[in-house]
Amino acid sequence: MSDLRYDKITNFSGSLAEEMKKAGLKEINACIQCGNCSGSCPSGRRTALSTRAIIRKIQLGLDEVLYDKDIWYCSTCYTCLERCPRKVPVTDAIIQLRNLAVQKGNMHPTHVSLSHALYNTGHGVPIDNEKWEKLREFHELPAKPPTAQSNPNAVDDIQILLKSSQFDELVGIIEEDEQAIEYENELDYLAKNVINIQAIVEVLPFL
Amino acid sequence: MKEKQKYSLFLGCIIPNRYPFIEKATRKVFDKLGIDLMEMDDASCCPAPGVFKGFDIESWLLIGARNLTIAEKNGTDIALMCNGCYGSLYEINHILKTDPEKRAIVNSHLAKIGREFKGTIEVRHIIDILYNDIGVEKIKQRTKYGRKEKLNLNVAVHYGCHLTKPTQNRPWNCNVEEPRFFDELVEATFSNSLDYRDKNMCCGAGGGVRSAFKDVSLDMTKEKLNNMTAAGAEAIITACPFCHLQFDLGQLEINNSSKNINNTKYNIPVIYYTQLLGLALGLTAEEVGLIKSKNLVGVPPFISTEPIIEKIGEVIEG
Repeated sequence: MSDLRYDKITNFSGSLAEEMKKAGLKEINACIQCGNCSGSCPSGRRTALSTRAIIRKIQLGLDEVLYDKDIWYCSTCYTCLERCPRKVPVTDAIIQLRNLAVQKGNMHPTHVSLSHALYNTGHGVPIDNEKWEKLREFHELPAKPPTAQSNPNAVDDIQILLKSSQFDELVGIIEEDEQAIEYENELDYLAKNVINIQAIVEVLPFL
Repeated sequence: MKEKQKYSLFLGCIIPNRYPFIEKATRKVFDKLGIDLMEMDDASCCPAPGVFKGFDIESWLLIGARNLTIAEKNGTDIALMCNGCYGSLYEINHILKTDPEKRAIVNSHLAKIGREFKGTIEVRHIIDILYNDIGVEKIKQRTKYGRKEKLNLNVAVHYGCHLTKPTQNRPWNCNVEEPRFFDELVEATFSNSLDYRDKNMCCGAGGGVRSAFKDVSLDMTKEKLNNMTAAGAEAIITACPFCHLQFDLGQLEINNSSKNINNTKYNIPVIYYTQLLGLALGLTAEEVGLIKSKNLVGVPPFISTEPIIEKIGEVIEG
């Protein structure tokens, strides 16, 4: 319990708390630990997710929360915010924590795959099988929808933006020429490939 | 003469790429109501608030802002059919209109692709357009003379979280614990909106939970399905394709799960609101996309809509 320092408890001054304040979430300090959020949380009823504990950990600056699987169980329903007597933006705080967790490389493989789909096609859920085009035609719609997916220029623009915000690096997008350099370290390449295959298998059934 | 209402239709991902009959039904219904829909040819993923906003807020803002600029060029407000797209685009539009600092950052990125966010349009969910612009009374007048035999379906309405929440950033001005607007729209189709336990609970799909922890997400869905079943729901009415997917495909997944030790067989048809409204306006089951393709395997609807088609007195071919 060495992290529970006196100054942190009274001033909420851990680096994590500071970072959250900087992100515009200063209301976190107003949390009185009443537990309305946890009592209202549909995910918390069936998982170890405790929104109240997460807010407390932020107040105390306990960075361990960024390595916590629980922050990924939130379905972002916002019931916690609506029922909070102090209007603490619990869901937004969890979203901010996820951003910080991803920066530390903590990301579920299926979420990595979704990010790659966005980068490669402009869609999180792209048309990846002929049957979806046939289904559209069955419903008397053009096989390809009038979206970025039928428009390579749009995908180029999306990639320019995602490079500009360094999203490509964040989620491990590797360009072909960079890939050649990567191949030199074959073991590294294999390790990465195995992870990707697992990710694809998990996503396959539908998304 | 009043100018005809016109919107840019934002499709998103799940509707055009997985549940295209929602697109079909919406286009037909809006046509019937005399509202023009313009295409957004370059539009991408909104991007999804539950996942991409959680990975990197700045990238989420950028891709969303790009989509908004497409409608700005069209010179119309956006009409969309998905609560996730609504959550993202409504909020991104609001952030960029009210926060000059963030807007400047976003525009510096957008300049690289020759675009600029100007803040000239609004983002509307079709439920918002139908309720707040057209209105329940006018819809009732149309449905009164639409289908000869009234629908009389007992349905469980599912709002979906991001349609109403967070309330500080939504146009409803309603009691979020007990909203009525969607029920009123459903009742305007001569259907009966049932009360059921924990009606406003999440379907379980959002926040990246479905993609990362499917068991957890389906466990939430199952709780809702039990409550809907207890109320005697003949159909689930949705306003979001991701909730729609979670209930439709989700029932199949729960039924086939190794965890289903009681061998429960959930079997409630899932219908998107514009499909229901289309029927009430006199469109056929085929026109609102309720008919399932006999030649395609592994495509929705995964839960048969035949009981509904039979109940409303249409003949299923084949």
